[in-house]
Amino acid sequence: MSESKKLPDKIQESDDGQILFSVPFPADLNAEALQALKGMQPIIIKQPYSIDYIHSYGQDSPFFAGLASRVLLGCRDLETGYTYANPRAHDMYSGQPTEWVQLPEQGRVHAFTVCHFGSEEFLPQTPFVLVLVEFDGTDTLLLSRLVGLSPDEASLEWIGMPIRARFLRNSKFKPTDIYFTPLE
Amino acid sequence: MRPVYAVSGGVSKFAKARPEKTFQAIVKEAYDYAIEDLGLEFRQFTELVDGSVASYFSDHFTRQLMAGIMAQDYLGLCPKPSHRVVGGGATGGICFQEGWKNVASGLMDICVAYGFETMSHVNTWKGNEFIALASDVSFDYPVGGFYSGYYAMMVTRHMKEFGTTVEQLATVSVKNHINAYHNPYAQKRNRYTIEDVRQAPMVAWPLTRLDICVMSDGAAAVILCSEAGLEKLEAASGKKVPRVRVTGIGRGTDAMRMADRPHQTLEEFLKHNALPHEANNQATLKYYEDLWGRGFRYPGIHSFRAGRMASKKAYEHSGITDPKLELDFVELHDAYTSSEIQTYEDMGLCRYGEGGPFATAGTTFVPGVEYGLDLVESPVCPVNPSGGLIACGHPVGATGLMQAVFAMWQLQGTVEQHFGDSTLQLEGARRGAIHSHAGTGTYVTVSILEAED
Repeated sequence: MSESKKLPDKIQESDDGQILFSVPFPADLNAEALQALKGMQPIIIKQPYSIDYIHSYGQDSPFFAGLASRVLLGCRDLETGYTYANPRAHDMYSGQPTEWVQLPEQGRVHAFTVCHFGSEEFLPQTPFVLVLVEFDGTDTLLLSRLVGLSPDEASLEWIGMPIRARFLRNSKFKPTDIYFTPLE
Repeated sequence: MRPVYAVSGGVSKFAKARPEKTFQAIVKEAYDYAIEDLGLEFRQFTELVDGSVASYFSDHFTRQLMAGIMAQDYLGLCPKPSHRVVGGGATGGICFQEGWKNVASGLMDICVAYGFETMSHVNTWKGNEFIALASDVSFDYPVGGFYSGYYAMMVTRHMKEFGTTVEQLATVSVKNHINAYHNPYAQKRNRYTIEDVRQAPMVAWPLTRLDICVMSDGAAAVILCSEAGLEKLEAASGKKVPRVRVTGIGRGTDAMRMADRPHQTLEEFLKHNALPHEANNQATLKYYEDLWGRGFRYPGIHSFRAGRMASKKAYEHSGITDPKLELDFVELHDAYTSSEIQTYEDMGLCRYGEGGPFATAGTTFVPGVEYGLDLVESPVCPVNPSGGLIACGHPVGATGLMQAVFAMWQLQGTVEQHFGDSTLQLEGARRGAIHSHAGTGTYVTVSILEAED
């Protein structure tokens, strides 16, 4: 039987993390000093937070495999023909399973914006153009990026513009594996 | 369902950052104000209140799960029943309605709905990232997740469909900021011009920084009760409470990805979405036939079907058949100037496609306030007399409750008492609507409040 070890009777000090070696505080904690603490400025510290998620695309995975193979897939209710430009394994009207269909590589700008600011993750990429793409034979839209235009020349004339799909050669398995350029 | 009254409320000061207090202590500001306004001592109210509903939008902003119970605990409401609600930007509106349900169902006689958000815990661009996580993280967020970008796409489509202009959008910003000039609770109290709005930094074309609400720290609380609850409160305080009754609630939803929203025919619209004053009016029917004839489809990305259905249900509940004429004011979710214009249409204050001209006509302005604009019509139904989200701020979980408090004060006729300024008090206001909106139009609530003699 091994001999049990006693835990140390003092927590080991370390010099990692947040250290403030001295903080202004009353030397004499009399009633007046305790009352004055209510007027103290707040202590504000930085708390880093970072995590890697394990994100499964589940039943939508073929969409990303398609993009990696330079194919844009949508989903269709075969009975009604209602076609989604985004993966959707079940039709929202019939409740029935949909089937994968290949979507055209050409579409039109349905709506767009030029983002001059963005979320922290995308701020370094500004300005960039977001576009909702409409395709013939498809009932819903696809959110994507539009390149090859001057962000300073944004105009409602862009709506309706014919555009075509391009694919990243090195797939990242993200919806940005596909993007669009004006159809020359 | 039993009658439900909104009897008291409080709103903390909204600010860019409130580091001097934790979220619990900010909620307590609003909560204590509501109790004091009833004429009760803290212990008296604690004795009488049956339970609560807590609202805050994001666990990310607080970096704290179960923040609701921390507020409940700080307010001294344990061990009374409570739960936290969340539904994006509509979180506060949902909280108000859940409080209503607690009372209307007979579960509680007195319920307090409180909500908060402390968005200053991260920088603005990280905050935008957190908010953008309220878009599909598989298909939308990675493309460039940014809510101002999503709304700007709706704007370009609205402009293309209907000829809406950026000056019409800017007029909403001018109106709401100038209203807020008279509201001491507002985060931004500035007098802007249309030129100021258009010359502000471009965020997502065509929306500038002054077309978009800011992030805020803040809290709000509303006390709801049944007739029996009202009797208990009045017996305890010895003070008569002005009767403001919640006469209608409605809620609607739409697809998370706005790209997935349908493009319905006129027949489908008339069957499912039209309001009575549209469906029964020959001129409006002809107008819509022409609109659909030009290729318009509903709701697409330019209209909020969730907002329309929330309005429709709330109007049915309270017996409203022509909202512009039957509502004395509306406090609606103007996170963007454009969404105020879209919401005029969804709430049936004007026809679909006419939101732009409606914004500049004068109908939605507060009487007696100088805006520096040429308005051709007199005010009929002021929209966001408080200053709305654009000027008051948008601490998400508190916002819908803030609207309820401001609407209640309008109907009580106590705006001067609470604001220290009577400018925004709408004379003879008897009925108002509050509208709370999530995501790109995913959850929307509309509630109707009415003054009773």
